Amino acid sequence: MSYGILFDSVRCRQCGGCVDACKVKWDLPDRDPDKLSENTFTTLEIHDGHPVRRMCMHCENPACVSVCPVRALEKTPEGPVIYHADRCMGCRYCVIACPFSIPKYEWSSAVPRVRKCVMCHDRVSRGKKPACTLFCPYGGIQSGPREEMLAEAKRRLAEEPDKYHQHVYGEREAGGTGVLVIGAVPPERLGLPVNVGDDPLPEKTWAALSRLPGVVGVAGAFSLAFWWVVRRRDQVRAEEAAAFAEREEKARARVTRREKQEVNS
Amino acid sequence: MSQSALPRRRSFADLVARLPLPKVTIWRALAAAVIGVGLVSMIRRFALGLGATTNLTDQYPWGLWVGVKLCGVAFAGGGFAITAAIYLFGVERLRPIARPAVLVAGLGYSCFIASLIMDLGKPYNVWHPMVLWNHHSVMFEVAWCVMLYTTVLSLEFSPVVFERLGWSRAYHTAKKFTIPLVLAGLMLSMMHQSSLGSMYLIVPNRLHPLWYSSGLPIFFFVSSIAAGLSMLTFAFFLAHRILGRRLRRDILQSLAKASVVVLGVYFVMKVFDLLYRGQLGAIVASGIEGPLFLGEMLLGVLFPMILFARSAVRNSKNGLYYTSILVILGMVLNRMNVGVTGFEKSSGVHYFPSFEELSIAAMVVTVGFVVFGLAAKHLPIFPEDYRRNSRLEHH
Repeated sequence: MSYGILFDSVRCRQCGGCVDACKVKWDLPDRDPDKLSENTFTTLEIHDGHPVRRMCMHCENPACVSVCPVRALEKTPEGPVIYHADRCMGCRYCVIACPFSIPKYEWSSAVPRVRKCVMCHDRVSRGKKPACTLFCPYGGIQSGPREEMLAEAKRRLAEEPDKYHQHVYGEREAGGTGVLVIGAVPPERLGLPVNVGDDPLPEKTWAALSRLPGVVGVAGAFSLAFWWVVRRRDQVRAEEAAAFAEREEKARARVTRREKQEVNS
Repeated sequence: MSQSALPRRRSFADLVARLPLPKVTIWRALAAAVIGVGLVSMIRRFALGLGATTNLTDQYPWGLWVGVKLCGVAFAGGGFAITAAIYLFGVERLRPIARPAVLVAGLGYSCFIASLIMDLGKPYNVWHPMVLWNHHSVMFEVAWCVMLYTTVLSLEFSPVVFERLGWSRAYHTAKKFTIPLVLAGLMLSMMHQSSLGSMYLIVPNRLHPLWYSSGLPIFFFVSSIAAGLSMLTFAFFLAHRILGRRLRRDILQSLAKASVVVLGVYFVMKVFDLLYRGQLGAIVASGIEGPLFLGEMLLGVLFPMILFARSAVRNSKNGLYYTSILVILGMVLNRMNVGVTGFEKSSGVHYFPSFEELSIAAMVVTVGFVVFGLAAKHLPIFPEDYRRNSRLEHH
C-alpha cells in the first residue's frame, strides 16, 4: 500500500503553514523559502491567485531511482522516495533526470548531498502523517493511502464540478505520482510541468538497456565466428602451401633420382 | 670518467650535477603552464566545493566536465575498432597501428576517469557501483564498462611494457590472451559507447529536439568509430612531427577510406532521424542550437566525408591531417551539444564554464597529450621502435 498526499488548490488559503512545518521538521535554515533549494524542500507558489505546493511528487516509478548508479535513491514500499547520503557519489544524474526538477544539490558544501522532500519517511513508516499535512486547517493538504487520496480528489471534482478543473494531476502523469494536485484551473496554469507524459520515464531507458545484452551477445558471437573463419582460412592456406611445397620437393627429388639413374646407366 | 670506475655510492651533488638540461620549447612551456594553472584550480575545486568553483547550478547540474567525459570515450573508439579489425576480422595490414590505437584509447578513458573524479560531488565514493547494484541505471552500466574496459586496455597494452622491460615470459603469457581481450573490448565498447547515448534517453523534455532521439545509443556508437579513427590519425601526425616517427600514409589512407563509410552511415542515419521525428524545421528555428547542429553535421561530418572520399585529399599529407582535425572538431561539438549546450533552452538559464572548469578541463586534456608523447618516446609503440631494439618475437 502506497502512501499519498493530496493538495487542493481550491481549499488552500495560502497560509504557508505546510512550508513552515517542513522547515521545522527538517531543521532547515530560513533562507530562500520561495524556491526549492538545498534549504527548502517544499514551497507554496501563487499563480494568478491560485496556490500550488511544489515538492517531490514521489513517483510510482521514479526517474531518479532508476538512474542512480548506487541505489542512493530508493522508492520505499510505503510510498516515499528517500535518499541515502552515505551511498551517493554525487553524479547528479537524479537532478537532471527528474521530470519535475525536484532534487537539489548542496552546491555550497565541499561534501555535498542531494536534498529533497522525503515525505517524512521516518514518520510515514511508523504510521504517522508527514509534517506538512498535520496542521492544515482548511483541507488544502492532507495525506493517507494513495487510493484514498485519489478517491477523495475525484469525489471533490464530482461534488463541485464548477469549482474544479476536471483533472487529477499525478493520477497518470509520469506513470502516476504519490502527490496528487487538484485545482480550479488546468495544471499548466498552476505552473506544473505538463510535458512529462503518462509513461514512466525509466521505460525509455529500459527499452534500450534491456536490448543491449542481446545485441552485444549476437555481435560478439558473430565476431568470434568471423575470427574462426579467418583463422581457419589462414590454416588451410598454410596447409595447402605446405602440401604444395612437399609435392614440389618430391617432384624435384624424383627428377634428381632419374637424372642420377640416367647418369649411372 | 668511465662508468665502471664509479663507486656504487654516488653523492647526491654528483647526481644533480649530471642531470640533463630539459629542452624548453614553446609547447613544453605551454603544457607546463596549463598543467600548473589546472593544478591550482583542482586544489581550489576540492577545498571549496563545486558551488564555489564551478558555474554549475540546480538548473544546469551537468557542464563542461561531462562534455569532456563524453569526448574522451568517443575518441577512444579507435581502440576497439582497430584491434577488432586486426585480430577478429583479419585485416592484417592495420597491424602496425594496433599499439597506437590501444594507447590512444587508454588515454581517452583516462581523460574520462579524471574528469569524472573532478565532477563527482563525493569522488571518494566512486567505487560504490561495484557493491551497490542498480541494473536499471545506465550510469551503473557505464561505470562497470569503464572499470572492465580500462582493465582490458591495460592488459592489451601490457605486452608493450613487458617488452620494454625485457620480461620475455610475461610478454608471451600476456600475448596469449589477445583474442579474448580483443573480443571483450569490442563487446564492452559496444555497450559503453552506446550507453553514453542511452544516458540521455531519460531527459526527453530537457535535451533539445535536434539531439534527443531514441537513436542516441546507435549514433554514439557509430560516431565513436569515426572519432577514434580521426584521433588516431592525428596522434600519428603528432608522433611524426614531434618524435620523427614514420608516417604510415598507406594505413592512414585506409583509415580515411573507412571514415568515409562510417561518416556516411552516420550522416544518413542522423538525417533520417530528423525527418522521422519531423524536427528538420528545428534547424532554422531561432536560437543557437540550429547553427551548432549545422556546424557539427556539415563541417564535422559531411564536409570531411566528401574530402576523405577524394583520392587527392587522401594522397596528400596535409589533406589527411586537416580533414581528420575537422572530424575531431565535429565530434567534440557533437558531444558538447548533447552533454552541455543541448540543455540550455529547456533550463531557462545560460551556462558558461567557470575559469576553474575550463582550466581543469584543459589540464586533463593536456596531460593526456603529454602522456601520449612520453609513451611514444619511451615505449615500443610505433613499428620502428619495436623492430629496432626488440629481443622478442613479433606478430
